[in-house]
Amino acid sequence: MKSARILFNNETLAVTVNEQDQVVTQQGKILEEGSFTWLPPCEGKMFVLAINYADHAAELSFAAPEEPLVFLKSKNSLIGHDQKTYRPDNIDYMHYECELVVVIGKEAKNVSKEDAMDYVGGYTVGNDYAIRDYLENYYRPNLRVKSRDTCTPIGPYIIDAKDIKDPHNLMLRTYINGELKQEGNTKDLVFNIPHLIAYLSDIMTLTPGDMIFTGTPEGLADVKPGDVVITEVEGVGILKNTIISESEYLNNLNN
Amino acid sequence: MFHYRQKESNDVVSKTADASYEIRLDDTMLPPTSGSVIGVALNNKALAKSLEQVFNEKPHVQPPKTPVLHIKTDNTHIGYANSIKVPSDKGAIYAGPSLGIVIGKKATRVDASNALDFVAGFTVVNEVSLAETSFYRPAVKAKCRDTFCPIGPWTVDKETVRKPNNLSIKTFVNDALVHETNTDQLIYSVEEVISYISSFMTLEAGDIIIAGTPERTPDLEIKPGDSVMIDIEGVGRLVNPVEQE
Repeated sequence: MKSARILFNNETLAVTVNEQDQVVTQQGKILEEGSFTWLPPCEGKMFVLAINYADHAAELSFAAPEEPLVFLKSKNSLIGHDQKTYRPDNIDYMHYECELVVVIGKEAKNVSKEDAMDYVGGYTVGNDYAIRDYLENYYRPNLRVKSRDTCTPIGPYIIDAKDIKDPHNLMLRTYINGELKQEGNTKDLVFNIPHLIAYLSDIMTLTPGDMIFTGTPEGLADVKPGDVVITEVEGVGILKNTIISESEYLNNLNN
Repeated sequence: MFHYRQKESNDVVSKTADASYEIRLDDTMLPPTSGSVIGVALNNKALAKSLEQVFNEKPHVQPPKTPVLHIKTDNTHIGYANSIKVPSDKGAIYAGPSLGIVIGKKATRVDASNALDFVAGFTVVNEVSLAETSFYRPAVKAKCRDTFCPIGPWTVDKETVRKPNNLSIKTFVNDALVHETNTDQLIYSVEEVISYISSFMTLEAGDIIIAGTPERTPDLEIKPGDSVMIDIEGVGRLVNPVEQE
């Protein structure tokens, strides 16, 4: 099953998505695309893995880490499918990061790797934008790089864990304006999903709705206002996002 | 006015009181809000001074150019009188006395000059942490363990806190005064911190900013069996027992 959250007539609705990718309300009504706004499909803590694909580590001139390198995001950065992300004016490099997102399904504390997959509720697609100009060597990558308003598109929906046979063999692809820019496969994760759940649940209690962004493979590129960015995880979903300028974003805010 | 939240059977009840003595302080107290909690690390003059050399060495190379932020995830938030649970095998654990700035309304790109318009009031935060050996990578392991962020007991209206950038902060362990600091030791003021964060992160009503914690000196170490109290002038006293995880 695929579950999503949308804004329809100023109301937040929990909906499902059918085989034809149509949105169906709890009353069984099909809603026309365009008549509603996609919201992030979950709420919770947001963990993101840095350098969790060996090829991406090489691209950034880093050795792969010895333990998971985790940073946190704040919920102000989350937006749903088919929304707009702004690029700050006067920066040189803003890139997307296509990621498989694991959504926690039940409370997890001190979970072993062997049992970890029982705690996965489902999966979705995340795009973890970064503004590299703002990197500093303190709590790197810092919140100004990674936790900006509109900088974390996620969705369109959560697909149940049982509907994904092998989450460790899924293609990831990013297209800018239809051109394939990034490609990888979750089989190349440095730390796989059970390892990440065991690692995090050793530090703290994970609760339903918590999201683990599992990292991105190589193939980064700059994005500019007007670009349409599609991030896709095979069998999980296709997440669309459009880049706008900071001035357009500020105009929208004030209207 | 004092704003606080309490557990009543299985419900969370938000309450207000005109005087603090009207509030029954026990372990039914919850953090005064349920918003996001953002901390400002290294925002203390003496702490930055003590790290001057470290800041200029690898991997930091140069001192921070902007406030250094971190997130205290919701599993860390606990109320007054609730236990801070500490692990036995992770080294020393430190209290982190700080003023908590409670946001009152949605704040996007706020100027420092009118930042206080977006503040509801102030609270006391104990930003508990393991020792940090480096500030290069995000401090998830050191700062995000369950119960590592007591907040409370209440939010006091900003109108009663005339000088938020000059408040004495005292830490007591087992009723002995172990540490004193003041919000005049912040590098970035209350207003500057709000302005900086809101320049790229929209703050919502109920979000809390941990203005800045001092150097984690041995005086601030806490152990199972201790009771730790942080007293901020004109804001409140936050008391929490410490127990083995």
